[in-house]
Amino acid sequence: MTTATWTTEPAVRRGPGPFLAVRDLTVDFRTEDGVVHAVDNLSFDLEKGTTLGIVGESGSGKSVTNLTILGLHNPESTTIQGEIWLEDQELVSASRATMERLRGNRIAMIFQDPLTALSPYHTVGRQIAEVYRRHKGASKREARERAIEMLRRVGIPQPQRRVDDYPHHFSGGMRQRAMIAMALVCDPDLLIADEPTTALDVTVQAQILDLLKDLQQQFGTSIILITHDLGVVANTAHNVLVMYAGRAVERGTVREVLREPRHPYTWGLLSSMPSLRSPLDVPLVPVRGTPPSLLSPPPGCPFHPRCDFVDLAGREFCEGERPELTPEHGHADACHLPLRTKGEILAERAAGALAATKAAGGAARDASGGTGEDASGGAAPGAATGAAEGATGDATKGATGAVEGTAEDPAGDAAGRESAGGASAAGADRGEQS
Amino acid sequence: MTAFLTRRAIGAVVTLLIIAAVTFFLFFAVPADPARLACGKVCPPELLEQARHNLGMDMPVWQQFLAWVVGLVAGRDYEGLGHCPAPCLGYSFVNREPVLETILDRLPLTISLTIGAATLFLLFGVGTGVIAALRQGRPLDKIASVSSLIGASVQIYFVGTLAMYFLVYQWQILDRPQYIPFTENPAAWAYGLLLPWIVLSIIFTANYTRMTRSTMVEQLAEDYVRTAVAKGMPRRTVVARFALRGTLIPIVTIFGVDLGSLIGGAIITETTFGLQGIGRLAIRAVTDSDLPMLMATVLLAAAAIVVFNVIVDILYAVIDPRVRLS
Repeated sequence: MTTATWTTEPAVRRGPGPFLAVRDLTVDFRTEDGVVHAVDNLSFDLEKGTTLGIVGESGSGKSVTNLTILGLHNPESTTIQGEIWLEDQELVSASRATMERLRGNRIAMIFQDPLTALSPYHTVGRQIAEVYRRHKGASKREARERAIEMLRRVGIPQPQRRVDDYPHHFSGGMRQRAMIAMALVCDPDLLIADEPTTALDVTVQAQILDLLKDLQQQFGTSIILITHDLGVVANTAHNVLVMYAGRAVERGTVREVLREPRHPYTWGLLSSMPSLRSPLDVPLVPVRGTPPSLLSPPPGCPFHPRCDFVDLAGREFCEGERPELTPEHGHADACHLPLRTKGEILAERAAGALAATKAAGGAARDASGGTGEDASGGAAPGAATGAAEGATGDATKGATGAVEGTAEDPAGDAAGRESAGGASAAGADRGEQS
Repeated sequence: MTAFLTRRAIGAVVTLLIIAAVTFFLFFAVPADPARLACGKVCPPELLEQARHNLGMDMPVWQQFLAWVVGLVAGRDYEGLGHCPAPCLGYSFVNREPVLETILDRLPLTISLTIGAATLFLLFGVGTGVIAALRQGRPLDKIASVSSLIGASVQIYFVGTLAMYFLVYQWQILDRPQYIPFTENPAAWAYGLLLPWIVLSIIFTANYTRMTRSTMVEQLAEDYVRTAVAKGMPRRTVVARFALRGTLIPIVTIFGVDLGSLIGGAIITETTFGLQGIGRLAIRAVTDSDLPMLMATVLLAAAAIVVFNVIVDILYAVIDPRVRLS
């Protein structure tokens, strides 16, 4: 585990222009039911060698955004406005030939489900080698050598032998490693990972994320990490973009967004995640309601039908006026609530949570004391796994604490992340033993 | 592989035996009397008895079937006709000629008809299917789907007769279809069979177009096809190497069945174009109550289907490495 060396700040100095710049991106699909506004006026930057985590529910437009960067949308039914700049190359208006040269070469993508994303009809080695041959003009033999090298680099044992295996011979984690090898074979500048760990079990998830981090440190690759798992974001990303209904609702560094979340939707996301430190009998709070239909998004702020603070901000405001992402730079959110009000809300919540923790913590200790002897056998691995999942929860508590100004643990989220890494490793070990 | 083939060979023999038995006994369930047909219109009882004995039909049915099977495996002696070496399919009830010879005489035409037509409908069917899938919803796709619907609805005796009338008699672009052995003159062989090939393939093409189009549309939406695009593979490679691969499975399936049934005889095509193939032999055998000939044609058709089924199963494993032969 190399989590300890991972910082939350961008590792590379900022150049004159961002490495990847998405400007006012709007993506509409024509469907039988009408026009789906999948992405609405989205802008973000990505610096070289950094990781941007894009977070949001299903249908929030995070995957569509990234398919658009690669030009993988269906041109028949999709309307795209705005610009996507990869250094000095504009991608929305680029020709098919240009995009074919960029894909797999400078921009690579890791898909969510490695079982369906790898061709069942070709060997793993061939699927890796053909990318290298296509973009680097390598011979069959060179490409094969390269494929073996890539498989070794992503930690596939006996790569000389496994290179001729088909994906169905691989386990889920190995398939995702092969997928990563395929994405990285041409040393891309930009790697888009669309929920790369969702289809994998927890222990393998941690390994894959570590692998991505290592490779980024080695080769300075910029990564866009699409996920709905805030634990993954806390662990790997430098910057975070929270998307809702095709729009960016909050943007900032991982520390800013997870410790001082500003948008009520981000609050909702954070409090719907389990935490290690919160007592077992405090229920998780899901974001109420369901994501809006992108066929006809609600007027005004798209989150207002699910927001608890509409009356605080002014109903006619939230229902009538669309909040823009402000300020233009740095930590920003799109909400009508004044910053000061948000601080008050969070302070109130944190106080309540702290009290609940203290009260329930004592009860939990008593309970575990009583049943400790018979339960201890099976409890330890479970707790370790819980720790891995609880990483975000720690960040949440840290966040509320910071706003309140009485942080129980100023380095809360950093420590939480480290412990999460360690905990998942422990989980892995114990899982194997049992 | 060896174990697979052995098992399938045993299965094939059992299947063919069952089909042969059912056909044999069904023949006797029909109230036609080959002896009476052989004897002629005015037939005194003792002559009828003699004819029945000559045809071997004075034995119980099961003994006749047993003799037929033994003849097939070990050969058989016929009174007045001499020894018929294995594999003996007997002598025709109608003209007393060895059935095997007649079959072997007609088979080259049927095989030629099958090969030519199959090549055409496979190429055109899959080709238009792929194009239609790539041009989903565009004019070319609509033209392909309408023409394949028309192709599937017309009948050979209609298209064939029409083609004969215009191409051969009115405009004299082509000669009357005829069979010249490939070994004799390949160009004349192809020229002589061109019309039946085209007409026969019209009927089949439609099926392949529709099957290819629908499967291809599914395949193009597969994740791994999108991955191939995301890797920067050119469109042609994406289609040919990735999307087409999965499309082959259903195509190979129906192709095996179609080939098998065509070897069994393209009855209508042969009749329409006046060609002497297995199909017309089979029809004649039925109308003439010619049991040995009937058994031979049925067995040939069944064997063709069984053999192509095994080939299709092997091809599955070649196309898709996840398939294991077992």
